[in-house]
Amino acid sequence: MFHSSAKRTVGLRRARGIMVNIGRFAVMLATTYLGLLAVTFFIGRVVPIDPVLAIVGDRAPASVVERVREEMGFNLPLWRQFVLYLQQALTGDFGTSVLTTNPVMEDIIRVFPATLELATVGTLIGAGLGVPLGVVAAVRRGSIADQIVRIVGLIGYSVPIFWLGLLSLLLFYAKLKWVAYPGRLDVAYEYTFVPITGLYLFDAAWTRQWDVLWDAFRHIILPGSLLGYFSLAYISRMTRSFMLNELGQEYIVAARAKGLSERRIVWFHALRNAAVPLVTVIALSYAGLLEGSVLTETVFSWPGIGLYITNSLQNADMNAVLGGTIVIGSVFITINMLSDLLYRLLDPRTRAR
Amino acid sequence: MTDPSSPASSTTSNESWREWLLTAEPHSRNQARLGRAYVTWRRFSENRLAVAGLLIILALVLVAVFADLLAPRSATIGDLAGARLLPPGSPGFLLGTDDQGRDILSRLLIGSRITLAVVALVAIIAAPVGLLIGTVSGFAGGYVDAVLMRITDIFLAFPKLILALAFVAALGPGIENAVIAIALTSWPPYARLARAETLGVRNSDYIAAVRLMGASPTRIVLRHIMPMCLSSLIVRVTLDMAGIILTAAGLGFLGLGAQPPLPEWGTMIASGRRFILDQWWVATMPGIAILIVSLGFNLLGDGLRDALDPRGAGR
Repeated sequence: MFHSSAKRTVGLRRARGIMVNIGRFAVMLATTYLGLLAVTFFIGRVVPIDPVLAIVGDRAPASVVERVREEMGFNLPLWRQFVLYLQQALTGDFGTSVLTTNPVMEDIIRVFPATLELATVGTLIGAGLGVPLGVVAAVRRGSIADQIVRIVGLIGYSVPIFWLGLLSLLLFYAKLKWVAYPGRLDVAYEYTFVPITGLYLFDAAWTRQWDVLWDAFRHIILPGSLLGYFSLAYISRMTRSFMLNELGQEYIVAARAKGLSERRIVWFHALRNAAVPLVTVIALSYAGLLEGSVLTETVFSWPGIGLYITNSLQNADMNAVLGGTIVIGSVFITINMLSDLLYRLLDPRTRAR
Repeated sequence: MTDPSSPASSTTSNESWREWLLTAEPHSRNQARLGRAYVTWRRFSENRLAVAGLLIILALVLVAVFADLLAPRSATIGDLAGARLLPPGSPGFLLGTDDQGRDILSRLLIGSRITLAVVALVAIIAAPVGLLIGTVSGFAGGYVDAVLMRITDIFLAFPKLILALAFVAALGPGIENAVIAIALTSWPPYARLARAETLGVRNSDYIAAVRLMGASPTRIVLRHIMPMCLSSLIVRVTLDMAGIILTAAGLGFLGLGAQPPLPEWGTMIASGRRFILDQWWVATMPGIAILIVSLGFNLLGDGLRDALDPRGAGR
């Protein structure tokens, strides 16, 4: 009886700990969003382009300029403007894109799946190869295999992604003709294929259009592998470090003393304990790929949010640029903080605090 | 070195120099400092890759300083009539020429100045800002700490490249604005690091002693806490250099960094992009330069970290 009540208090304390964590998480998330919006608001105000003149044109009479200025709320004090800006941003109203003449939010919803698909493929490749490579490097520390993994990772940290993209296009598309040209689909399919979710690989498989699936695969494999390489560099390095940490622990010695096979010790016992921080690392690299896709999408003409932002930049379309920044920033912040929260909730060692 | 009481000042033999440097009972502060520097250097130079990184960076600095003497031709004025898009190895043009008939090697050599200037400026702006915020936050504690760290965390959670893009879009393209944008997004990790180091020393005896002697908080932070944060900060900044170079090159590639005809390496890749299928060298050469230099900074940073912080060695 005593036993069960003690268990209940522990359970209660744990539940309260989780609630406190989630509460703190919500406050941090909210202030960070607020900070992001404050920064984009600030950027929007520093821009040398007068937003009123951008709409009415510089030949408009002074009375018109004044009226539009009032309508847009530019005569209000700065803090009122900021509140107005917050209200609009929270309802997903980032204004209208000058370039496409659509509401920015509509544009972003249209292009976002492309980025999501690319980053997902990149992370799958990066984690699928990076984790085993990191484990092998840690187990055979100092060996040739370890050195190779280290150098492959170092190059991944040092190479400009857009340059590697250009060279890989030159080799695999122009010379070897192994992959398809930049873009998401061949022109033949682009006008006949009707996407459902916007994730082409998924849509094509769902509707059983195997030729489209194959075509989409031939388009995504090169930019996907490229992003995968960058996430591999990061993930393998972190995996190695976590695994070295685990392999030095006493429970490994105990497992060896029990006579467990080395393979079981490494891949089951050690890797399972390294898995919690690894989840955080993989989530962070996923967020990083969503952001880093700007350069890759430009090289591969991948019609995602990165290409949308750079195209808008070149046309001084600030609504679109800032809207895209807010969306990518929010996704980035959310993944970033969720992975941190997950780490706290999953790892019993951080729970005690 | 100038200490007359040291036994080594009278002899030049290597063995006694080492003894003097490694002694457990240094006679002067300078001897102790030199001894520590020697131990660090020994540990650093054991790592061959780290030494290679150091050599790359030294070479970069030398090339940047003597670029005018080393560059065989003008970096901005080309020979449109006679030397357009020549392949590497053409007589007089070791790495070939670009679409304006300019020698790519000369452009790379002169461009090393821009790369070096960008990393140096970002480091000079971002590192002191992070150091100041971190040490003040850690030393003051309480509300100051809470507010400063909240702001730092907010900036830390931002996507760096996208934010730099937005900043440059607002300020206008150009190398100065690219530097400002990168600096604005790269100080938060330094603040975090400096705060952690400050928390480690703020309750130690020597700080209490300085305080008892009547030192003001400003003096304590500036003279007694900041120096303790320097070594880990230097390692971190060195490791970040490669990222700064890649971001600057990325901005240049998108047309937001240095503007033509400046021979910035990322901008050069962007202008070579049109010829990639037939004249591959125009875009390839600057990329190799970027790769080598960032690799150099990464190797150097790894080596410094292992040498200065033996706990994390081999990670």
